Amino acid sequence: MGQDTDQQLKTVPLADFHRRKGAKMVPFAGYEMPVQYTAGIIDEHKHTREKAGLFDVSHMGQAWLHGADAAKAIEKLIPGDVQALKPGTGRYSMITNDTGGIVDDLIVTNWGDKLFIVVNASRKHIDLPMIAEAASGIAELEIVEDRALIALQGPKASEVLSGMAPDVATMAFMSAAWAEIGGVSCHVTRSGYTGEDGYEISIPVGDVEAITEALCGHSAVMPIGLGARDTLRLEAGLCLYGNDLDEDTSPIEAGLAWTISKRRREAGDFPGAKRILSELADGPKRKRVGIRPEGRAPARDGTAIHLPGGDAIGTITSGGFGPSVGAPIAMGYVETASAAADTRLELAVRKNMVPASIVKMPFQPHRYFKG
Amino acid sequence: MSTKYTKDHEWIDIDGDVGTVGITDHAQEQLGELVYVEVPEVGANLEQGDEACVVESVKAASEVYAPCSGEIVEVNEDLADAPTTVNEHAEGDGWLFKIKISDMSELDEFMDEAAYKEFLKELDE
Repeated sequence: MGQDTDQQLKTVPLADFHRRKGAKMVPFAGYEMPVQYTAGIIDEHKHTREKAGLFDVSHMGQAWLHGADAAKAIEKLIPGDVQALKPGTGRYSMITNDTGGIVDDLIVTNWGDKLFIVVNASRKHIDLPMIAEAASGIAELEIVEDRALIALQGPKASEVLSGMAPDVATMAFMSAAWAEIGGVSCHVTRSGYTGEDGYEISIPVGDVEAITEALCGHSAVMPIGLGARDTLRLEAGLCLYGNDLDEDTSPIEAGLAWTISKRRREAGDFPGAKRILSELADGPKRKRVGIRPEGRAPARDGTAIHLPGGDAIGTITSGGFGPSVGAPIAMGYVETASAAADTRLELAVRKNMVPASIVKMPFQPHRYFKG
Repeated sequence: MSTKYTKDHEWIDIDGDVGTVGITDHAQEQLGELVYVEVPEVGANLEQGDEACVVESVKAASEVYAPCSGEIVEVNEDLADAPTTVNEHAEGDGWLFKIKISDMSELDEFMDEAAYKEFLKELDE
């Protein structure tokens, strides 16, 4: 799920916390990160769905884009409608390239005179210079190096966090607020990447350990590693950059047309608009779909997808075992002609052809708090 | 009957010319909770080092190699529905397959329990 490098691994501010909690640390996107704690991936996953899980996502890139025209500046790179965002709300979008592929996916929150941007760890070295350059002369990029980022996810997340900051209880999904947590001013968004209700909290580096310990002191909260983060997002049908999204894959192929507003479609003023608009009009050649293999064998990324007894029509991009589903699940890209739900497939898992079907995603219903 | 261990963290219980093979408790701990075990076909003839089984955790698939050459004479069918038996009883009910050993001399290099424990200690250092 990440690339190991020979470079010196960076550490996150919570590294000592992770070790104290018995984490198994692995290289991920240039950082030493907890892949699991002593409970193990399956228990951590189920705990998040049933109660609340605490994730360290401090490796991700956080930045402010300052300026009254910051929304216009970021729209030079993304097809999302940031200008239409009410202050204090955020949106999922992606940086596109000139050929309509995806450079990265990201969350942009509008604060009126500035934007708060969160990008993937593995791509921040590419995204942030691109944003700075596109905004040059319009808005100023401030990379946030002095704050950690944690996520609290699950049905108990609201009860737990509002115990420390009562105002967060009424926040709606994708809204943002500044909240005092343990006397520290934190940037809170009601968002996450598990399909559950929850928050992402940006906390000064010097305060993150105390706040994290306080949250984990609640009986409903357990620290959760990257292993369960991956199974949770897969069950929620959410894309992982580098697996399900890349520089050749368009937002339309990825099923992310919903992130592109009418105004942006009509204006066609974003990188790769030619391909993206033509795919919106005529349909893409291939589409991202959910897949349920029969039996118990997981089909991992890279597995070839065939029609029964026939030719290969695509490839799995994320696949494994869904602990809440209790069975193997996968997503991948198939030719559009064979992308309808209930289409029968065969997956080339090692020497076996495993029967499978296309299914609607998510595999687990989203439980966001709409207010 | 005696139990031997390999550097690939497999154990083999030898009874006459038939060996019962599994992964060690250390190996299952490293893998984490298993979600799928693919056993070989009965009757398959394997060379030492051939892929015999696949054990899959949530995160990854790992191969289990034939510790010695021979014919697969029995497999643990119960693992199909209960792969976590390997986690719970790696060196007992979580056995993977039985192999009719074709060349007993291939076992000479294996470790006894004390030597394997020493080997694990060295890995830790």
